[in-house]
Amino acid sequence: MQDIKPLIEVENLTKHFSIGKNKTLQAVDNISFTIYKGETLGLVGESGCGKSTVGRTLIQLYTPTSGKVKYAGEELGGTRGETSKRSIAKNIQMIYQDPYSSLNPRMTVLEIISEGLVIHYPNMSQKERRNRVLELLELVGLNQYHANRYPHEFSGGQRQRVGIARALAVDPTFIVADEPIAALDVSIQAQIVNLLKKLQEEKELTYLFIAHDLSMVKHISDRIAVMYLGHIMELAESEELYSNPLHPYTQALLSAIPIPDPKVERKRERIILKGDVPNPINPPTGCRFSTRCPKAMDICSLKTPTWLEAKSNHFVACHLYQ
Amino acid sequence: MNDEILEVKNLHVNFHTQNGVVKAVRGVDFTLNKGETLAIVGESGSGKSVTAKAIMRLLPKQNARITSGKVNYEKNDLLEMPLKKIQQIRGSQISMVFQDPMTALNPTMKIGRQIIEGLKKHQNLSSKEAKIKAINMLKLVGIPNAEDRLDSYPHQYSGGMRQRVVIAMALACNPKILIADEPTTALDVTIQAQILELMKDLQAKTGTSIIIITHDLGVVANMADRVAVMYAGEIVEMGSVDEIFYNPQHPYTLGLLQSMPKLHENRNKPLIPIPGSPPDLASIGTGCPFAPRCPYTMKVCHYFPPVKKEILDGHSVSCWLQDNRTPKELQPIGIGGTI
Repeated sequence: MQDIKPLIEVENLTKHFSIGKNKTLQAVDNISFTIYKGETLGLVGESGCGKSTVGRTLIQLYTPTSGKVKYAGEELGGTRGETSKRSIAKNIQMIYQDPYSSLNPRMTVLEIISEGLVIHYPNMSQKERRNRVLELLELVGLNQYHANRYPHEFSGGQRQRVGIARALAVDPTFIVADEPIAALDVSIQAQIVNLLKKLQEEKELTYLFIAHDLSMVKHISDRIAVMYLGHIMELAESEELYSNPLHPYTQALLSAIPIPDPKVERKRERIILKGDVPNPINPPTGCRFSTRCPKAMDICSLKTPTWLEAKSNHFVACHLYQ
Repeated sequence: MNDEILEVKNLHVNFHTQNGVVKAVRGVDFTLNKGETLAIVGESGSGKSVTAKAIMRLLPKQNARITSGKVNYEKNDLLEMPLKKIQQIRGSQISMVFQDPMTALNPTMKIGRQIIEGLKKHQNLSSKEAKIKAINMLKLVGIPNAEDRLDSYPHQYSGGMRQRVVIAMALACNPKILIADEPTTALDVTIQAQILELMKDLQAKTGTSIIIITHDLGVVANMADRVAVMYAGEIVEMGSVDEIFYNPQHPYTLGLLQSMPKLHENRNKPLIPIPGSPPDLASIGTGCPFAPRCPYTMKVCHYFPPVKKEILDGHSVSCWLQDNRTPKELQPIGIGGTI
């Protein structure tokens, strides 16, 4: 992986939201990671850990409070010309979680998918645009005659395919998929994941795959980053992370997932975490997991552990490995 | 069997909608034994929640009709019972936990009052006794500072804590049956693990029978003794948890198992999705409802409904592949063997 060029570089990214009365929600706090060209980076964590905020900052929906996001070596945001901003916006697209609220109910599928084309390819004729949309529909496994229909005429899985076609319309290189299968039925999830994998191979796409379903994340990702309360706790290649989790939070998270195999389930010893995730408005000092960690030591609540490479290509932030 | 506590027989539920009559539940049969956990699995729209609500008589009066069927509980048919009597059974003998704890809690009432109300109504306790019991229930489900938390409102609790409160309320009167409709779907995995563990602990202590409704086969493997697989308003396969996972006979069950990634398996093994999507229950044909998506479909599947067949003790399946007239070579690989 190391000889492949980084496509996205995130350096010390922090995103705080002001929520009135001098309160700040520390959604993402000083995180750094790299996404290499052609890979899928999985980003997992529980609700409120900041994973969606990271995704939205990457597609420039949010401006970082501090820190940098670089796309192909160029820093996002700042005072760049309108054309350069546009070309980056075209290259980074997003697939949303909810296929119901992310499609405008008053637009036909043709209008939805061609919206990006109108902005990014203003010279395209109407006929060319229509042909492009029909091509895209075939590509994502829908039919040409679906073009004139409205979102309510489709099932959840089909709507998600429309969302994917919309993201692909402008030929992006990098796609942020924010829980793209969480709202779908089990039998449909595999259809969408297989489609995303196929498209990645055909179009050499790079993905950031955000999810809370760890078994699906493992299936699709090359490397996985685990987030907790705005910090990245661990990052490793997916097989390595699952077979050899180092951080106590990753260990607890993996052990909490029920495996669809009754014999395995009966033999499993679970690490059951006590309590709930603390409030991100007032996160614990030191290591953010220290309040729930079964292996917590005195130092954990005092000092934030540094991010280090514990094994080759396996990064962790935990005092056990300092 | 003597230890049968609940029997659902030939249950049919229709919904009258603008688009016609939706046949949401179409002939569901199952029994629940004392102290066991039965999982009902299926995708959205398969009729699993409607079945549960029909048992509790909680379906909306305006448009839902139970057209036929029986729900026998202690020799009485719950569907024939006067409303007064069913209200006495609800909460005290059969209770229910819903997916979203907020729908079960009153946002304008303190948690303590909500628990105490049920205890006073069903168990004739004095206010003082009910309060002590409520505190004990909250402690039992692992709420810290239970005495103080009685005075909190639902919005002051986190999602996982609310669900624990709802479970505490559901179990407060030692019900014989607990129906849990997707109790952990809205929760994070580490909290889900807490809640599932809690339900198993309480079951071991009280001997409550549990019906758990879920779409997550991992939860099924973790909780269930027996499994009913629902598709398009019917139970297509039913059996012990081991039979369903290691000897699935219905192509839909097989499809569900194959389309899920397994954590402990190599990630390069491709997923095998089920093509298409579930049928519209307003315009369902006469044949097997899974036929349009089934990779092993035969001509007969499209025209005639398959007959339920018991292939092993307690393992039944509704599929034409099980018919004696179906040639053996049509039997798909994976059916009748491990996956």
